[in-house]
Amino acid sequence: MIQTFLSKYKTIYASLFVITFWYLCHLFIQSTIIPNPLHTFVTFFRLLQGDMLLHVGASLLRISVSVFIAIVIGVSLGLFLGLHNKLDRIFGPVVYLLYPLPKIAFLPIFMILFGLGNTSKIILITVIILFQILVTIRDSVKGLSKELFYSIRSLGASKVQIYRHLILPAITPKLLTALRISVGTSISVLFFAENYATRYGIGYFIMDAWIRINYLEMYAGIIAISILGLVVFKAIDLIEHGICKWTLLEKGENNSYF
Amino acid sequence: MIEVKDLLIKYGNHTVLDHLQLHVGSQESIAIIGPSGCGKSTLLYALAGIIKPQSGTIEINGEAVNGTRKETGVILQSYGLLPWKTVWENASLGLQIRKLPKKDIQTKVSKILKQLHIIDQKNKYPVQLSGGQQQRVAIARALAIEPDLLLMDEPFSSLDAIVREELQHVLVDTYYRKKLSILFVTHNIEEAVFLGQKIIVMQPNPGSIRAIVENEHFGDPDLRKKKSFHETCVKVRQLMEGQTE
Ligand SMILES: Nc1ncnc2c1ncn2[C@@H]1O[C@H](COP(=O)(O)OP(=O)(O)OP(=O)(O)O)[C@@H](O)[C@H]1O
Ligand SMILES: [Mg+2]
Repeated sequence: MIQTFLSKYKTIYASLFVITFWYLCHLFIQSTIIPNPLHTFVTFFRLLQGDMLLHVGASLLRISVSVFIAIVIGVSLGLFLGLHNKLDRIFGPVVYLLYPLPKIAFLPIFMILFGLGNTSKIILITVIILFQILVTIRDSVKGLSKELFYSIRSLGASKVQIYRHLILPAITPKLLTALRISVGTSISVLFFAENYATRYGIGYFIMDAWIRINYLEMYAGIIAISILGLVVFKAIDLIEHGICKWTLLEKGENNSYF
Repeated sequence: MIEVKDLLIKYGNHTVLDHLQLHVGSQESIAIIGPSGCGKSTLLYALAGIIKPQSGTIEINGEAVNGTRKETGVILQSYGLLPWKTVWENASLGLQIRKLPKKDIQTKVSKILKQLHIIDQKNKYPVQLSGGQQQRVAIARALAIEPDLLLMDEPFSSLDAIVREELQHVLVDTYYRKKLSILFVTHNIEEAVFLGQKIIVMQPNPGSIRAIVENEHFGDPDLRKKKSFHETCVKVRQLMEGQTE
């Protein structure tokens, strides 16, 4: 009974859980830094009639462009390194070294090179998630068994057909997983990227509310950003259901093995 | 049908097949048996055109094998089904790659899936199938392209005895109906004697052919009950264990 409710109304359940926890914190801490959730939602809906949507839209646009560029470059490079062992031996160690580097530290350089506008913001987000996608794709291609390549080659597949029937379907679920992580990362990077030379963006909105010590609005901004993240995650889930049914089957219905 | 001359295959410095000679007549069914690691799969891959030999030649129907051949059906040791394709999509993959018209694919694949009794599973994915069912899909995929040569690497090794015998009969049946040449690798002596008109016994270090046993019992449905069947089995076993005749 409870189990079916939990799996059917996952999002509602999770929201109730978080809001209850939030309310308890509000009761116990008794400070303006944790406002009443109810008041926050009222503020949120009031702001929604203002230009909140504009802020969310600006952020969504920056994230989308960055994710798009990162996918195009990351997937191509990942495939390239994954399929060519010699190249991977040359560039693999470099990627390995650069991957954990805090790219955010290069923000001043991006600002000088690409200006203060959208370009430097988008490049910062792109560079950060690019590595996540590149490494995921490369490793998933390398993990493909030799037998599968033999199997499709034995059917007489051309290079293009091998991509179409073997490589692309194999990396898609991994790419979607990498995408979930990337979107999460890029949302947090917004706070740096939207902290300068812009008046639009949800990162800017939250920082601005914070500086004005308007905690209600700050929390309303956090609600907006969570909804944004949720929508993107749900969209990725939908894509997964549509084109990667087989991975869900492989995971099986019963996930708790312990 | 198949003419192999001086086949030499190495992985790095390790010689796997050393100047191997082999002749297979057309419409013959050949069993290859030998200890693990003696190069059976490697030989099969070379015949399928999946790997290139260091030297030597392979000719099939008078044409040198250079890359994969259109009329060769291959079934690999691990089935080689694509996990993201349904039974139907897997079985029709070879025809799709050959760019056949949709209608032809439709009729050919449904016919073959019916013959192999897996048409009911056509919308399932490989993870949802038993080992025997997956093997049927692999067979269907190989037969769908209407091969004149079928190469199989331990096709029935992971199946239980009943399913194994059933599929062995499917194979004999296909052989008579389609008039093709079959070359298969097995670890099972009885299977080799049941399905092979010739049994090639291989030895390791480096991989080469130790002996070829002619076997008149091929495909006889009552074979397993006959005395001479067991005699041939014993003979093959002795050859494998290194005793000469
Ligand atoms: N990709 C590879 N790289 C290096 N060595 C390999 C490779 N594949 C096979 N070998 C070696 O080549 C030899 C023959 O391998 P092969 O797979 O042909 O054996 P097999 O007779 O099919 O064995 P099994 O019965 O266990 O399947 C083995 O000694 C193996 O270690
Ligand atoms: Mg083998």
